[in-house]
Amino acid sequence: MDDPIDRLMHAANAHAGLVHRGRRLDTTFLLDSGNASALVQIRAGRVEAVRKGPFVMPSWDFALRASREEWAQFWLPVPPPGHHDLMAMIKRRALRLEGNVTPFMTHLFYFKALLASVRPGVSLSAIAPLPNDPEPAR
Amino acid sequence: MSARFEPVTGRYLHLDIGGRAHRLYVEEAGQGIPLVCLHTAGSDTRQWRGLLNDPRILERFRVIAFDMPWHGKSSPPTGWQDETYRLTSQAYADLVLTVCEALELDRPVAIGCSIGGRIVLQLALDHPDRFRALIGLQSGAHVDPYYDLEWLNRPDAHGGETCAAIVSGLVSPTAPDEGRWETLWHYMQGGPGVFKGDLYFYKIDGDIRKEIERIDTTACPLYLLSGEYDYSCTPDETLDVARRVKGAQVTIMPGLGHFPMSEDPQGFITHLLPVLNRIAGESG
Repeated sequence: MDDPIDRLMHAANAHAGLVHRGRRLDTTFLLDSGNASALVQIRAGRVEAVRKGPFVMPSWDFALRASREEWAQFWLPVPPPGHHDLMAMIKRRALRLEGNVTPFMTHLFYFKALLASVRPGVSLSAIAPLPNDPEPAR
Repeated sequence: MSARFEPVTGRYLHLDIGGRAHRLYVEEAGQGIPLVCLHTAGSDTRQWRGLLNDPRILERFRVIAFDMPWHGKSSPPTGWQDETYRLTSQAYADLVLTVCEALELDRPVAIGCSIGGRIVLQLALDHPDRFRALIGLQSGAHVDPYYDLEWLNRPDAHGGETCAAIVSGLVSPTAPDEGRWETLWHYMQGGPGVFKGDLYFYKIDGDIRKEIERIDTTACPLYLLSGEYDYSCTPDETLDVARRVKGAQVTIMPGLGHFPMSEDPQGFITHLLPVLNRIAGESG
């Protein structure tokens, strides 16, 4: 069965504007969907690795936890109201943000676009300002 | 495209608000019944550009919008660097009444969105005699905090980026890109701590859940319009206000979010026109 997580690394790294938006970001986060989880490692805005659990002693900066059904709704081509945005899911208490939230909050546009990047047919330019002519990283 | 001016004029109004001198930026267009427009938290008058340019509205309404102190082109009062901006219910209601008085408006209609949609409920409660009608967009009696507001004003985080990213999902996913990014640009331009200061009213001081049943819509008609994608003030919360306020007229707007007049001005105006027609009809 298709798991959107399997497409995350390619979808993210293929988007130069998204990588550029994360150029100051190094972090590892846990994406939890109830009975499955993945560790996503980001270096300078690029997704370097996606490792799928189960894990023994996983180490991460922050975790995003929602049920499998919630993520499935979020990843629909046109998510229904309340399922269309990470903050909307947090407001409904359907998504839990845990741990050191600083990388997430200082890069909120990045993470909204990153997680939406595996949504079929998504236009990331409707989710975050992502210049298609970014300056080279320094 | 040939160059053109909009029918909108912008001027600076000097007046005392709460005993302090202010220089307030005010825009207006059209003639007829005064329609005072109140922008959302952390934003400014540019949200109302659709109404300020719509000939169907301007032929019967004098549309007036002002940037609240600290917002847009209205500077904070002298000495701002020594204080924390924090909007209260009382100060916000006084601001609206003071501006209406300074402009010598005769029982205007007031339309407000989000914090503006909340204050029109307060005005309906306390000052129904001062208004011809009140229109609340994304009006709820209360919003529970759902994130740490400190993130809106931290020296180690980019305030413009954070404020815009916090609210970006409140724009409907079906909104036109132009309206979405114009709306979010305003949030990127807010001064440090201003959005947070407005939310003190929205999430803490302005809780009127216990009082709204006392609103008398025979003294001043109340119209509520809410976009379905709003998760800050949800359609259910607006419907709850409508259930509790006898005589309130409610419209839920499909395909719109928390900033209807700014994210999709044309889509919103199709919902607003029947309300304005009714108000104009009742005004004879």
